[in-house]
Amino acid sequence: MIRLVDVHKAFGAKQVLRGFSLDVRDGETSAIVGPSGVGKSVLLKHVAGLLRPDSGSVFVDSQSVPDLDIGELNRLRRRVGYVFQFAALFDSMTVARNVGMGLRRIPGWDGKRIAGRVEECLALVDLEGMGARYPSQLSGGQRKRAGLARAIAPSPKFLLYDEPTTGLDPVTTAVIDRLILRMSDELGVTALVVTHDMTSAYRVADRITLLHDGRARFTGTPSEIRAAGDRVLRGFVEGDPDLFFASGSDDEMTHEGGGYQNGA
Amino acid sequence: MFELLLRPFAAVGNLTLAGLGTMGRAWTLFSGAAASVRNTDIWTPHLVPQMARIGVASVPIALFIATFTGIVMSLQASYTLTGAIPLYFVGTLVGKTMILELGPVLTGLILAGRVGANISAELGTMRVTEQVDALETLAYDPLAYLVVPRVLAGVLMFPIVVLLAISIGILAGWFTALQLLEMSSSEFVKGLRLYFAPWDVWFAAIKSVSFGAVVTGSGCFYGLHTEGGAEGVGASTTRAVVVACMIIVCLDAFWAAVLL
Repeated sequence: MIRLVDVHKAFGAKQVLRGFSLDVRDGETSAIVGPSGVGKSVLLKHVAGLLRPDSGSVFVDSQSVPDLDIGELNRLRRRVGYVFQFAALFDSMTVARNVGMGLRRIPGWDGKRIAGRVEECLALVDLEGMGARYPSQLSGGQRKRAGLARAIAPSPKFLLYDEPTTGLDPVTTAVIDRLILRMSDELGVTALVVTHDMTSAYRVADRITLLHDGRARFTGTPSEIRAAGDRVLRGFVEGDPDLFFASGSDDEMTHEGGGYQNGA
Repeated sequence: MFELLLRPFAAVGNLTLAGLGTMGRAWTLFSGAAASVRNTDIWTPHLVPQMARIGVASVPIALFIATFTGIVMSLQASYTLTGAIPLYFVGTLVGKTMILELGPVLTGLILAGRVGANISAELGTMRVTEQVDALETLAYDPLAYLVVPRVLAGVLMFPIVVLLAISIGILAGWFTALQLLEMSSSEFVKGLRLYFAPWDVWFAAIKSVSFGAVVTGSGCFYGLHTEGGAEGVGASTTRAVVVACMIIVCLDAFWAAVLL
């Protein structure tokens, strides 16, 4: 389970998170949606231990991430795969070497075992035979898939996706979405996806949370999201800036699964 | 009006705060890197490749500069000494200056451009494309993976490159003396040996070690603190080179005051 409780984070004078709370249940795929620049990636980096919250708690598998020492954090990271927005592949290495990077940190894994697992992961993301290529020789969609292969290589229990479909054409987006679903079905991972692509969120997520003004504005299943009347949520889903930016009396409310709560 | 008067003080205050902030970040990075040396399994595979990139690949440019420095030193020494001081002092001047000053400092400044810029641009690009974050998520210590092998390679290879540059500079000065100044080899060698002290070579090596640490350290520091995109990478690369050059000339004076 991934649990964020009342997480606050500021960068200088800019307050990005203002008491964000979220639970992602085991085996669930949860999507966090919101416009660009609201702090979705910041949130994900807290889960991976790349950032520490100013206040609040972040738990992964019942471990408080900010309180772990570097050894414990590295052990946890072997159970948490991270798919970066622009793949973040190491340019100087082949795709196969990129995919095997995490495996080299696991004690007892020799070259043969790593090579076997790399082939397996490349096949899982439909990149068989591409291991010898360099990232610069791949298309945008292939890079994302290679990034996904690298994330799943150490058989993580959790997968974090940072804007997995940004910059991709609709067909490649659908391919990536299918892969996300496949990872959940075949590997049974608990996934947290941050995206601003509602089509993708509807397709992959069991539950969707709107991040607005540093807080979880609304959490619900795709059908609850479709039926919700929350003004800001409707503004975001329908791409209506007038609705999204208009101030209203419900500005300090959050909504979860059909009932309004006091703002976090 | 009052605000206008306060402006210079505010500027000094901001500059001081920025300077202290940079020093704090540098301390955090390098103390962290020192602690990361224990992660030998991460950095040892990268040490030799970095020694090749930082040291071996720098030899041609270092020798090119040293050759022409030796030639110029020889010609200028002859121009200055002719008629007043015996010409064999050309050997003394070329030897002493190459060993004590020009060999280490010129090589250090050139490698600040070549090596410092290279490291800063590479790590800066890795930072802005989230490759450094990716290393962390894959359970790698980025300081052990990126900083330790580069700084160690700089510390180990700079003295070798500098000693090679000194040798080639002296040989070029010697050759120039023979071909253009009508000096004999025995005259040049006589001058070369006149005030030679083995300690001078150690002095050059010690300086080079410190220059190696500064150039690679500056490249790593500014590279890993890059923000923004291509413009940020450019800015951090410039800063890495400028700061390394400034520290090299300051260290040059420091070592002269402390060790000579």
